Amino acid sequence: MTHQASSSATPVAVLLPAPVPLLSRNGWAGFLVALIVVGAIAPVLNLWVPEGSVFHMSDYAVALIGKIMCYAICALAMDLIWGYTGILSLGHGLFFALGGYVMGMYLMRQIGRDGNYKSDLPDFMVFLDWKELPWHWALSDSFFATLVLVVLVPALVAFVFGFFAFRSRIKGVYFSIITQALTFAAMLLFFRNETGFGGNNGFTDFKRILDMPLATQSMRMTLFVLTGVTLLGFFLLARALVQSKFGRVLQAVRDAESRVMFSGYSPFGYKLTIWVISAVMCGVAGALYVPQIGIINPGEMSTAASIEIAVWAAVGGRASLVGPIVGAFLVNGAKSWLTVTAPEFWLYFLGALFIAVTLFMPQGVVGLWTRFVRRNSKKETRA
Amino acid sequence: MLVRTLFLIALSWGVASAHALTVEEARAVALGETDARIAALSKAVANADDKTAAYLQALADDSVKAAGDKVFIVKDGKGIDPVSGAPVDIPADAEDVVSNNRMRGELDTALGAIRLFSPNAKERAASVKALAAEPDTSRLPLVEKALQSEQVESIRAQLVLARAAILIASDDPAKRTEAARSLASSRDPVTKTLLLARLKEEADPAVKSALEVALRQVESSLAWADRAGQMFSGLSLGSILLLVALGLAITYGLMGVINMAHGELMMIGAYATYVVQGVFRSYFPGAFDWYLLAALPVAFGASAVMGAFLERSVIRFLYGRPLETLLATWGISLMLMQGVRTVFGAQNVGVENPSWMSGGVVVMGALQLPWNRIIIIGFALAVLAGMAWLIARTRLGLFVRGVTQNRPIASCMGVNTARIDTYAFALGSGIAGLAGCALSQIGNVGPDLGQGYIVDSFMVVVLGGVGQLAGTVYAALGLGILNKFLEGWAGAVLAKIAVLVFIIVFIQKRPQGIFAVKGRSAEA
Repeated sequence: MTHQASSSATPVAVLLPAPVPLLSRNGWAGFLVALIVVGAIAPVLNLWVPEGSVFHMSDYAVALIGKIMCYAICALAMDLIWGYTGILSLGHGLFFALGGYVMGMYLMRQIGRDGNYKSDLPDFMVFLDWKELPWHWALSDSFFATLVLVVLVPALVAFVFGFFAFRSRIKGVYFSIITQALTFAAMLLFFRNETGFGGNNGFTDFKRILDMPLATQSMRMTLFVLTGVTLLGFFLLARALVQSKFGRVLQAVRDAESRVMFSGYSPFGYKLTIWVISAVMCGVAGALYVPQIGIINPGEMSTAASIEIAVWAAVGGRASLVGPIVGAFLVNGAKSWLTVTAPEFWLYFLGALFIAVTLFMPQGVVGLWTRFVRRNSKKETRA
Repeated sequence: MLVRTLFLIALSWGVASAHALTVEEARAVALGETDARIAALSKAVANADDKTAAYLQALADDSVKAAGDKVFIVKDGKGIDPVSGAPVDIPADAEDVVSNNRMRGELDTALGAIRLFSPNAKERAASVKALAAEPDTSRLPLVEKALQSEQVESIRAQLVLARAAILIASDDPAKRTEAARSLASSRDPVTKTLLLARLKEEADPAVKSALEVALRQVESSLAWADRAGQMFSGLSLGSILLLVALGLAITYGLMGVINMAHGELMMIGAYATYVVQGVFRSYFPGAFDWYLLAALPVAFGASAVMGAFLERSVIRFLYGRPLETLLATWGISLMLMQGVRTVFGAQNVGVENPSWMSGGVVVMGALQLPWNRIIIIGFALAVLAGMAWLIARTRLGLFVRGVTQNRPIASCMGVNTARIDTYAFALGSGIAGLAGCALSQIGNVGPDLGQGYIVDSFMVVVLGGVGQLAGTVYAALGLGILNKFLEGWAGAVLAKIAVLVFIIVFIQKRPQGIFAVKGRSAEA
């Protein structure tokens, strides 16, 4: 019952294909439409169309879609590492939470003296009877430093962990389990009060960002647009990565790592690079998520949260960049609908989804769609 | 010489006089002012016999009446003379003897001291322990008397300690020094507190140094007991990890199927135990103590059937795709958890220990080893032995090994590989059920039961190496003990993190676990 590493059905091309444009003509059109919808239409519908109108976009919808776009960034990151490199990470929740916590620390400092205890320190520190900020809060006053750290912290953690893991050629399920253990350990650490991350309550009750109030409609919309633009930007970046020579090596690693090594490539650098990029994307998603949702706690690092990211990518379709985004929207849309209408069925549904996707739709929704389109076009040519 | 003779005479007189509860004593203990009664009580206890014990017990039970200067024990409505034990009539004007709380406390202590002479060895041991915990000079004669008559060696040793605990407050420095010396052999935390308290008060330098020596010895034997305790809880945790990981050793270790629903199969075993317990409670309440024996096969069967069903319906289509298997089995675990929530509710259910599993044995003075933990260690070893036998000696085991090593060849030899897959998976799942049955005896049984162990158990398998039973055993016990020792000085959470870091570092050196199967495959 020993099995070979997963082999997908991608045919081996003898000749290198000609370089393809970043996006096809249709692709660019779709991209522009998405950009306009996120950057112009949504704000207009939310801010200027009166509330009673059919076309009004409710604040609830803004919050929900904003949140799902953050998840979509995670799914995209997961797709790069899993769909294109064949490494299933069960630790992306950690990077998401790290980005979120860095942003959360800044937002906690922005509360200033408006907390319950009217102190310079965040409320939970007053509660713990701490007199000064711990060392790792040193940069939390500066927004610029926060932006840098949002990228740097997940990158550093991913680099250190990935360096040791890939160096000793841990792969496949081993890697998944170790990332899961890492995330679990981090969760335990963040649950502790003395580590200075607010214990199991995490950070919440944010008031301001950049000295502007957070709870206004226009600020929410700004964050929404920012998230949408980031998602589209990351999509283009991922597309460029995947189509480059770098991306081709990644896919070769996925399909036959030994052969890549025998051809004179060292997969180590490639894997580590994409691993860090993927982690940074997740961290940025977390940083965008926290001000919109208004809370970050160690629950984001639970095993379940990380595995769910994988299922978004799987439902949408791995090894296609649109797929994970579609998947994130489908699964989370279903989640927010089901947890309201039939909360006890949500876990049945999610569980069944895990099984169904792996058994019946290895290429996900996007795979089904392309097969459907192809079959139709074949019929047309025959006719 | 004369003094000594006199002392001996006095002593023998004292012992001889122990036969009698006198009329005066009985009266003095029952009547008058509380202070006087307590003084009389102390005297009576020093020369106590069976009759004294019965009389004091009656006093504590409020079944003594007094008329004038005569006292009677009331038993079943009839009067008994406390001194002679003969039945007598109670006069009509007799009144209840009332004892206030202080008197009651004294009576309880006195009764405790008298139990030193109980024919029941357990009662004697408990009594000595209570005496040593609250040393009181007035009890000294009693302890010395008990020392003369005591036959059981362990109780004798305890008595010597109790005597020393009393003597350490004596006025004579020589006696104090001697007491400190004999206390040094104690392994009781109470002794440490006592010695520390005495050390503060002691003025005599010679006694002081003896006390210090004694304290050091007690502390070191306490430390050893502490270490043994950690070792034991490490073994206990290790045995649980072993039970959890043994099932995984088959499904993951041998078959290469990564089963995230393993914890939920354990949960099914635990709930099966709960159901069996309910059945016994309603239909065979007399045999309730033995429900666990019936629960073992039920738990095994329930989980094995579920495992076989999962293998046939989902997992078999995912062989060769480990990452997909991981996700699908995660989905299964979500559904199983939610299913249990629907059937049994989201709250934890109560599973009771049978009476023979509660309590524990006390070793090295202060260390209590609970029976349920001891039994689970034995149970884990038994399951391990059973599995080793099954894999190494039976036909099924042979087939499983054959299919694991070379599927096509096994198939050519006429082995029905698909069926063997199902059997093997069902076996691994059944062992998970047994683990769940064991866990129900030491922890909460709830829908989340499996979630807490899944990370740990996969760590065990990863550390132990795939395809090996021995590796699983060493890894489980090693991780359990390491975890508990680290907990001793770093706290539970940091210990867990340290262990995880250790595993990650360890994997650097030996990516294939402690016992890797040697091979030439580049993919290995």
